[in-house]
Formats: sequence, C-alpha cells, structure tokens
Amino acid sequence: MRVLSVSRWLRGAVRAPSGGPGSPQVPQPGRREREAAPGGSCPRAEKVTVDVLDHLEHLALVDFRDSEGVERLQKAIQFADQLHEVNTDGVEPMDSVLEDRCLYLREDDVTEGNCTKELLKNAKEKVEEYFVAPPGNIPLPKLEE
Amino acid sequence: MLRASLREVSAALKEGHVSPTELCQRCLALIKSTKFLNAYITVVEETALKQAEESEKRYRTGQPLGVLDGIPVAVKDNFSTAGIETTCASEMLKGYIPPYSATVVQKLLDQGAVLLGKTNLDEFAMGSGSTDGVFGPVRNPWSYSRQYKEKLVPKSHPEDEDSNWVITGGSSGGSAAAVSSFTCFAALGSDTGGSTRNPAAHCGVVGLKPTYGLISRHGLIPLVNSMDVPGILTRCVDDAAVVLGSLAGHDPKDSTTVQDSFKPFELPNLTDVSKLSIGIPKEYHAPGLSSEILALWSKAADLFKNAGANVIEVSLPHTRYSIVCYHVLCTAEVASNMARFDGLEYGHRSDMNKSTESMYAATRREGFNDVVRGRILSGNYFLLKQNYENYFVKAQKVRRLIANDFMKVFRSGVDILLTPTTLSDAVPYTEFIKEDNRTRSAQDDILTQAVNMAGLPAISVPTALSERGLPVGLQFIGRSFQEKQLLTVAKWFEKQVKFPMIELEEVKRHDHGVFQHQKSASFS
Repeated sequence: MRVLSVSRWLRGAVRAPSGGPGSPQVPQPGRREREAAPGGSCPRAEKVTVDVLDHLEHLALVDFRDSEGVERLQKAIQFADQLHEVNTDGVEPMDSVLEDRCLYLREDDVTEGNCTKELLKNAKEKVEEYFVAPPGNIPLPKLEE
Repeated sequence: MLRASLREVSAALKEGHVSPTELCQRCLALIKSTKFLNAYITVVEETALKQAEESEKRYRTGQPLGVLDGIPVAVKDNFSTAGIETTCASEMLKGYIPPYSATVVQKLLDQGAVLLGKTNLDEFAMGSGSTDGVFGPVRNPWSYSRQYKEKLVPKSHPEDEDSNWVITGGSSGGSAAAVSSFTCFAALGSDTGGSTRNPAAHCGVVGLKPTYGLISRHGLIPLVNSMDVPGILTRCVDDAAVVLGSLAGHDPKDSTTVQDSFKPFELPNLTDVSKLSIGIPKEYHAPGLSSEILALWSKAADLFKNAGANVIEVSLPHTRYSIVCYHVLCTAEVASNMARFDGLEYGHRSDMNKSTESMYAATRREGFNDVVRGRILSGNYFLLKQNYENYFVKAQKVRRLIANDFMKVFRSGVDILLTPTTLSDAVPYTEFIKEDNRTRSAQDDILTQAVNMAGLPAISVPTALSERGLPVGLQFIGRSFQEKQLLTVAKWFEKQVKFPMIELEEVKRHDHGVFQHQKSASFS
C-alpha cells in the first residue's frame, strides 16, 4: 500500500502583529498560535492512502484531477487537526443554533404539484416525462496513479 | 439622486420628484457605464423597466405598495429567481432558469421593488474575494475613486495603471459593488462565514447579517444549512432596517425560520448611550490585524466611552478555533449539499454516456472549479466512518463551546460587541491571488466567522478611509433576534463617524440630481 507523505503547509503572507499606541480599551495582540508544523512533529501525522483517495473519489464523484488536489486535501486535514487541541469532555455536539425551539412542521397534505413541464424544462435529456440517464450499476474505474 | 439613500429616494418617488421609470433607466445606464466593475452577471433590462412602469402606475393613482415600491435592487446570483438565469457563478448552473423565486426575492417583488439583475460572486459563495467565479472577479468601485487614486504612488509605466484595482471582498462582492457604485439602492447577499460583512467593509457600505432563523432561506442555494442567512447590503443603517422589515418573518416553506411574530421597526435616534454596555473581545485582536484598523477600533471604543457608555474588555476564549471548526463543518455540509448536482434534472450535463456514475463524475468535474471540488473532497473525508467522531462531531462540540462563549458574555450584561470586520483594507487583486482560496478564506474570515457559528446578528458599518483611501468597517454583534437594538447602536455610530461618500467620475456624469450630499468631516 503506497502512502503519500504530508507536505509542509505553506503559510500565507504573514503580516506582523501590530504594535503601536492603542487605547487601553483595545486588547493587546494575541500570540500567534499553531505555526506551520512539518509533518513529523504533528502528533497525528495524517497520511492519506491511495485506497482512501479512491474511496473518496467514488463517494464524492469528483476527481482530484492532479497531485495538487491531493495536496490540498492533506493541507485541509492538517488544518483541521487543530481541533484536537480543544478539550470537549462532557460537551454535547451542536447541530443547530435553534435546538431549543420546536420548529414548524407542516401538515402532510399535498398542496402543490402538476409542474411537470416546468421541471422538465431544465433537463438536458428527456423523453416524454422521463429524465434519461445512462445505464446504471456500472462501477467507476479505479483510480490510476 | 442616485447617491441618495433608499428612504430619501422613496420619499422623492412619493412626492413625484422622480418617476420609477426614470430612476430605473438611470440605474441601468450607470450599470452599463460601470461594466468594468463586473458586478453584475445578468441584467434584466426589459423586466426591470416593466416593473418600473407598473410601479409608476401605482404612484400615479396614489397607491404605492410601500417604501420599496419602485426602488431598484439587485440580488446575488445564488438566489433563485423565476425566469431569470441563476448561475452561482458556476459552469454547473450556467443556463439554469429556476421555475420559482426565492422567498426573499418574492417578498421584494411583492413590495414593488424593481429587480435590476443578478450580481457576481465567488463560485457557489465559496471564497472571500469574489474572484473565483466563472464570470471573472469583481472590481471594487473604490479602486476608481478619487480618494484611492490620489493616494496611489504614480507608476512609471502607464500600462500598469489598470493593475492597481482592489478586490471587493467576498463572497457577495457583486452586491456590495453594486450598492457602492450607486447602481442600486439595496442588494441581497448571503452570509455563511462573513460573506456579506466582508465585502461591505471593503466597499464602504452597510452589511447586515440577521439572526439565523429570522429570514427565510427558501430559494437560497445552500452552502451550509446550519449557518447560511440572506444578507442585506445598503448605503446606511436606516435603509438596512427598512429592507429587514420587509424580509423578516416566518416562512412555511423554510422550517428553519422561527415562528415568533416579527414586527418591522423604525430606528429611534439614540441620544443617550450611557445605559449601554459595549464589549471588546480581546481575542479579536487577531495576529495580522493592521495597525490602522487597530487604531480605528480603539477610537471607536473611546467614542462610546466618552459618550458615557460602559466599555469593557471581554473574552471569547474559543475564537481562534472557530475558523478550524468552520472549515470542518462547512466542507462537510458542502459535500452533502453539492451532491444534488449530477446533471440529470438540471444544470450542466456532460456528454459522457458510458454509465450513470461516469456521467455524474464527468459532469461534476466539468461543472465545478477547484475550490468547490476541494471542499467536497475534504468534506467527504471528514464524514468517513473512521473520521466522523474525530472531526465532524468534534467540530460540532467546539461549535457549542463557541456559541456558549457568546452566551456567557451577553449574560454578563454586555449588550453589544464591537470588533473590526476585516484584518486590513482591500488588497490589490494581483496580491490577493498569490494565495489560494482556502488560505485566503481562513485568513479573511477570522473576525466574522464565529458569529455564524452562534447564529447571532451582526452588522458592518463603514467607519473611515484607510491611508490608501480605501474603506474600513467595524462590526457590531448583538443578541439573537435583537436586531432593533443592534441597528439602533449601529445607527448612532454611523452618525458619529460620518463616513465620506465615494467620488466616482461615472456617477457624477449620470447624476445631475435633486440631492447634493456633502459629508465633509470624517472619523479618521
């Protein structure tokens, strides 16, 4: 199983934190956290395997196009790893900010429809009132490196 | 007259100083002559003039529908508009004509507003510069203002003149540019991580992000269902209140809108701020914040203090994780939301016909740009069974911590938070594109993003011009559903700072108008 190593995360153009006389009201500059870490020092050195890449391509049905896409994914994962610094013991996950409310659910009655013509207008390939699709149940070819 | 505020021009329409058709024609002409800004993707001249004519009939019989009757507006191109192409600045939806209008668009039309066209954005609203759409980047109108041009170091080669233009910020850059260049009096944007407030700050207009659940998302092509809201861009805070009044309220077609009754309000003229408690979150002094903006932020805090308000430093300890949390949740929801684009029922369809899966894959490869595909793939990675707990659920937990931070601060008696909106003024396009979209978004969204996590209302108010002659805005964050208080404070602030009007050659030519605005003294 071949693995792709994590590339060094290239930091963007960094502007020096500002000093200067500020009113005591405005807080002092925060320290810059999480500088670019080379692959080895990160506790979870994520190496995305070809199998995982393949799996992702099949799930998402978009391709990585080239190694740039793969590297982008690596960087994204490395960026997301910062989450593990936060202690979330005993914290419930939050799905929505409206979790404390009972949201509106309408009655299960048919109130609209009969818009076949409008809906078919936007489809490229159709026959009578059907959307036409190529044959199914044919899996995508595997990722070739 | 094109430079007037929405309320002023509405009053002029009522009194017959100007007719809706004349106003519409002027705006359309200005759109044509400011085409180089690339703010509009679609301009619907015929339907706009028709709407203006109908509005004129109503005014003549003395029965206008309301304050918005006859007012030219623009809508970001990720809102569905019946009969008008809606592209989201993507190949995937080029040529797509929705069979229905978004609720907010319908509400505007029902009030008689004249829809001029659809504005440009980053592809599928992903980005912070309005540079990544298939129709090209949007140029900030301030790049062509007298104020910016006179501060430019003269170039030795005249051919380089055109390379100085700055970005609008994003992703609702087209809407912000449209309002800023006077081609419309209000525009709709969307705000998921700061996409309305960021360009508002860079273009010197007011950008309001309402509380999540206040305004319907039906018809807004979704990015992150739990954080998206329609945003409002206007020239002044009063106008934002007017537009909010016509858009807010429960929509049975969007079950994430709350059922509380909403009463449109007029903003009082606040004179006494001594009962206000303004919080200054220390974590918002983020690394990279320019010294100019820091100074303006200080000045604003002092302004409130000297007027008698209670200004205190507060802490939102999880602020620095909000961008990481957003990154995970956003990509995960994007992966889910973008799954609907397969070419079968609408949108672009590839010619590949070997199998359904290969057709879908080819369609999506051809239809989406790198940014969108990158986010879909990252999102799918975080949602894999082996990663679900560690990334997605973890991010949801961090989200709760961030929202709790805000709750704690508001519960301790703070009414409004005051923060910068952006880290610096608008950068030139040539500099902006040196970094990729994800890095830029991570940098630029840092001050606006946490608000979307918590679903709170926030507004960016233009404050002053930077040394380069470009606008800088400051952000006010309020309590959930307390837009009236938020806007009242913002209006007071706006009055104090007297932000200067942009001086554009094109507008002066088109606008031999009824109103003359001289805003002389400025805040900086």
